[in-house]
Amino acid sequence: MNPQLLAAESASDNRPLIVTLFAVFVLATLAITVWAGRQTKDATDFYAGGRQFTGFQNGLAISGDYMSAASFLGIAGAIALAGYDGFLYSIGFLVAWLVALLLVAEPLRNSGRYTMGDVLAYRMRQRPVRTAAGVSTIVVSIFYLLAQMAGAGVLVSLLLGITSEAGKILIVVLVGVVMILYVTIGGMKGTTWVQMVKAVLLIAGTLLITFLVLLKFNFNISDLLGEAAKNSGIGESFLEPGLKYGVNATTKLDFISLGIALVLGTAGLPHILIRFYTVPTARAARNSVNWAIGIIGLFYLMTIALGFGAAALLKHDDIIASNKSGNTAAPLLAEEIGGGPDSTGGAILLAVISAVAFATILAVVAGLTLASSSSFAHDLYANVIRKGKATQEEEISAARWATVGIGTVAVVLGVFARDLNVAGLVALAFAVAASANLPTILYSLFWKRFTTQGALWSIYGGLISSVFLVLFSPVVSGKETSMFPDVDFHWFPLENPGLISIPLGFLLGWLGTIVSKEQPDKEKYAELEVRSLTGHGAH
Amino acid sequence: MDTAPANDRPDDQRQLDRSAYAEVQASAEFGELRGAHRSFAFPLTIAFVSWYLLYVLLSNYADGFMGTKVVGHINVALVFGLAQFLTTFLIAWWYSRHAAAKLDPRAQAIKSRLEERS
Repeated sequence: MNPQLLAAESASDNRPLIVTLFAVFVLATLAITVWAGRQTKDATDFYAGGRQFTGFQNGLAISGDYMSAASFLGIAGAIALAGYDGFLYSIGFLVAWLVALLLVAEPLRNSGRYTMGDVLAYRMRQRPVRTAAGVSTIVVSIFYLLAQMAGAGVLVSLLLGITSEAGKILIVVLVGVVMILYVTIGGMKGTTWVQMVKAVLLIAGTLLITFLVLLKFNFNISDLLGEAAKNSGIGESFLEPGLKYGVNATTKLDFISLGIALVLGTAGLPHILIRFYTVPTARAARNSVNWAIGIIGLFYLMTIALGFGAAALLKHDDIIASNKSGNTAAPLLAEEIGGGPDSTGGAILLAVISAVAFATILAVVAGLTLASSSSFAHDLYANVIRKGKATQEEEISAARWATVGIGTVAVVLGVFARDLNVAGLVALAFAVAASANLPTILYSLFWKRFTTQGALWSIYGGLISSVFLVLFSPVVSGKETSMFPDVDFHWFPLENPGLISIPLGFLLGWLGTIVSKEQPDKEKYAELEVRSLTGHGAH
Repeated sequence: MDTAPANDRPDDQRQLDRSAYAEVQASAEFGELRGAHRSFAFPLTIAFVSWYLLYVLLSNYADGFMGTKVVGHINVALVFGLAQFLTTFLIAWWYSRHAAAKLDPRAQAIKSRLEERS
């Protein structure tokens, strides 16, 4: 029997349980959001959760913000299908945190207020740089949102056994509505609590599955790997690098490109950066990154058990039949490890893990929507359009309307993008962030001579080149897995543009600076440097 | 030139006049703080990025070596990957220890002095 039908059928048997768990999560988090919303009085509450979270709380929330559907479903699926090559994501996503810890988190916390643009524009001419920062924040966040929405549609439809197009669209719309409610009502406070709850659920769920998988192999990892290699039908090379990216010279370059984008992207992701504003001091920001590294590291270690466990215990064909890119491997594994498709244990575990995946998606989309609407309201509306004359109330109201607008855009795009490859889109968001944002963040903080022109060249250059290269890459056209598989206008061979666009972003920042006649503002740099290192005058 | 809007110039009440920042920036004490951060964070960043790139490159171009079995089905590639986790945890711990010992006290001293002035 067709395994997809099988999965859909067993899913429909479990539907009441799954729907109940989804509903419990949504209602509980909405209650938290309403409670948080009552305590949201001024702009600092809305944008930065009142800056009263502890390092540990923020570390949990960062983990909840960061471990997206791509991490949980995507990596497990990538390892289950491509073996060791899928593991690169886990390593890159984790090592990337050191860039944030050593170079970005503390100075950003000390010198910024609500958005990434606060720091990028600090020493520069406000309006052009804030405009650039706002545009780049919104573009990166929308790419990322798109991936999550597409994931939500595919996943939830499958788990609920919904096969009609109208049903899938309804799910995407539902996710959009809940995310808009979280952000408009709860602001940063509500979003932070949702992310903390989600992180706890995700870690607990993953620990449970990991424990059960390891139990099956008597905690012998070598046996688990051996069984995965055997069951994959590929043999030992399943455990070695190269299965997916080792095909030829081009795929090898793609692997390097992906690796660079992953490690440099994190410290340029706006929805991650604004989380550092929710704690009172730079020291607390450092602690929160340390907690996040611990929690995220533990989670990515467990992706080994999840991914190779799925490869060992599920049939390769079943994983592929359920979802081409393996996105449902983790829930299928949960079902299998609970006792199989027809058992009560299997039904319960599948429902629990599905609810965790749903929570994961909701918490991440809320963080992304908050980041982009904050940037719209604070960078574009308050500082560019109103030239700093908007009142706090007007600014927050603009942020709320922006949330509704961005949420709607995400829903519409999500409906059209529901068949896209989730992991590719997220890696793309990382590449854009590393090309457009990271160079300007680092130059602003550490390079005395950096000028407005350098910042603009770097942000727009990195942004345009990365998006442009993707447009003409196999992600968009020319391959079976492309967005538009029936046409072929691709000429750029790599799926990830990072290898070209990230160095270009850095180069343009440097070039724009040295060819500009403008003198850097020495006094403002003194102010930024002193404040960013000492915490003087931090909000 | 555009000027920063009032609500965006942080710290309106306690704002120092701008020459005070330049003065602090030029001081030996601040130089030590900056040096303590940069001389630690910059080389370490280059080191962990290189270490990570080495891993990426070996995965790409040295599959024979990476596929070598260490114990049972555990190969060099997996050990290398786990080593990346280990070094990430260690570097985070090491940096935090350095920051608590060498950065926080200096930053606090300069900050207190700046607050007295305003």
